Amino acid sequence: MTNDSTDAGPAKIYGVVLSVGLVCALAIVTVDEITKPIIRNNRIAMRQRAILEVLPGASTSKAFQIDETTGELKPEPTDSEAAGLVFAGYDDNDELIGLAIETQGMGYADIIRILYGYSFDKQAVIGTSVLESRETPGLGDQIEKNANFLANFESLDVSLNAEKSEVANPIEFVKPGEKTEAWQIDGITGATISSRAITKMLSESTGRWIPKLHPHQADFATREKEAP
Amino acid sequence: MAVGFEQEQSVTPDDFIKGVWKQNPVFVQVLGMCPVLAVTNTAINALAMGLATAFVLLMSNIVVSTIRNVVPKQVRIVTFILVIATFVTIVDYAIQAVSLDLHKALGAFISLIVVNCLILGRAEAFASQNSVARSALDALGMGVGFTLALLCLGGVREILGAGSLFNVRLFGESYQEWVVMMLPPGGFFTLAGWLLLINWYQQRKSRLQEAKESTL
Repeated sequence: MTNDSTDAGPAKIYGVVLSVGLVCALAIVTVDEITKPIIRNNRIAMRQRAILEVLPGASTSKAFQIDETTGELKPEPTDSEAAGLVFAGYDDNDELIGLAIETQGMGYADIIRILYGYSFDKQAVIGTSVLESRETPGLGDQIEKNANFLANFESLDVSLNAEKSEVANPIEFVKPGEKTEAWQIDGITGATISSRAITKMLSESTGRWIPKLHPHQADFATREKEAP
Repeated sequence: MAVGFEQEQSVTPDDFIKGVWKQNPVFVQVLGMCPVLAVTNTAINALAMGLATAFVLLMSNIVVSTIRNVVPKQVRIVTFILVIATFVTIVDYAIQAVSLDLHKALGAFISLIVVNCLILGRAEAFASQNSVARSALDALGMGVGFTLALLCLGGVREILGAGSLFNVRLFGESYQEWVVMMLPPGGFFTLAGWLLLINWYQQRKSRLQEAKESTL
């Protein structure tokens, strides 16, 4: 090219660009095919870690899909990636610890995806884990690290009202240090938007799912013993 | 650039060394500032970004140099970018396969390796005019230089901003972290500090050399 002073004809130009493009496309498809199963396993392993993290004491989990209109439960394979999955966590004696539910919402920088754990016995959120977030390092990402903030989710009350139709006290956001009720979330100074976003997500998701899921406690608890 | 002359030169160690020190892409050429400032908040992110960029640089330089005599000059940039983008996509998949957490930390900046001017710069200025061996060596040197520079920034920022290095805590609990060092301004401060240090060193060296020559 460097010493070539004559212009190349259109046939050569098309030919070169097309063949380079073809080779590149083939290379990308090949690498995609090779890495796809590995990346999928990584994603599922990451989700599995998060499930056990938000349900303290759980050692195994099972995936379910709930039909939003009929409220029916359908077991799913543990490595399923279908939308709207609910995960039930069990301890070593196969006793039900609780449910892990995924939700998402807009944060400060981008969509935040979190998983939270719900305990039937306590009727409370017992843990959260951030699956995906691009919040500002040092400020917004405190939602993953701030000990005071995470303490909100050790037992966050979402008990149902007398008719069991909705959450009695929707989760509320309060300014840092002003938490007085079990359903309030203490915000983080310097991460107001991000901690508010988490509150909103949890409030909406629990309001929608807990009344639907709570009646199914017995269904989740009777887990057929799998052959080892 | 003396094209004809350079083409006849054989492989020299200088092809490698110049990228690491004399023409370091970050500290001397000040190229590719976007990843340099954005993903050097911790040493591990800096290392991963440096290695990913070095890999893309090496592979694209080799391919560009291999096809340099076939590609018509009207479409050379298009072809080079196509080659670079392919390797960036491959790196993106590879990092996701190695660790999703790392991929999460590097975020959009992996795809943005495509537009790192260092890579297109080396393809256009060096690989398209030199043999495969020299281009590979050039890419290795530049890649190592880039990675080292990123590590210099990432190391300082992680030590000051989080009190740790490669996630190993260096100070006691009482250490007050400089959060600003992990944020974008910290990137500028650290880069400025390193540029100051290196320019000061080089000026001092050339002053000493001049003094030596004048006394002779």
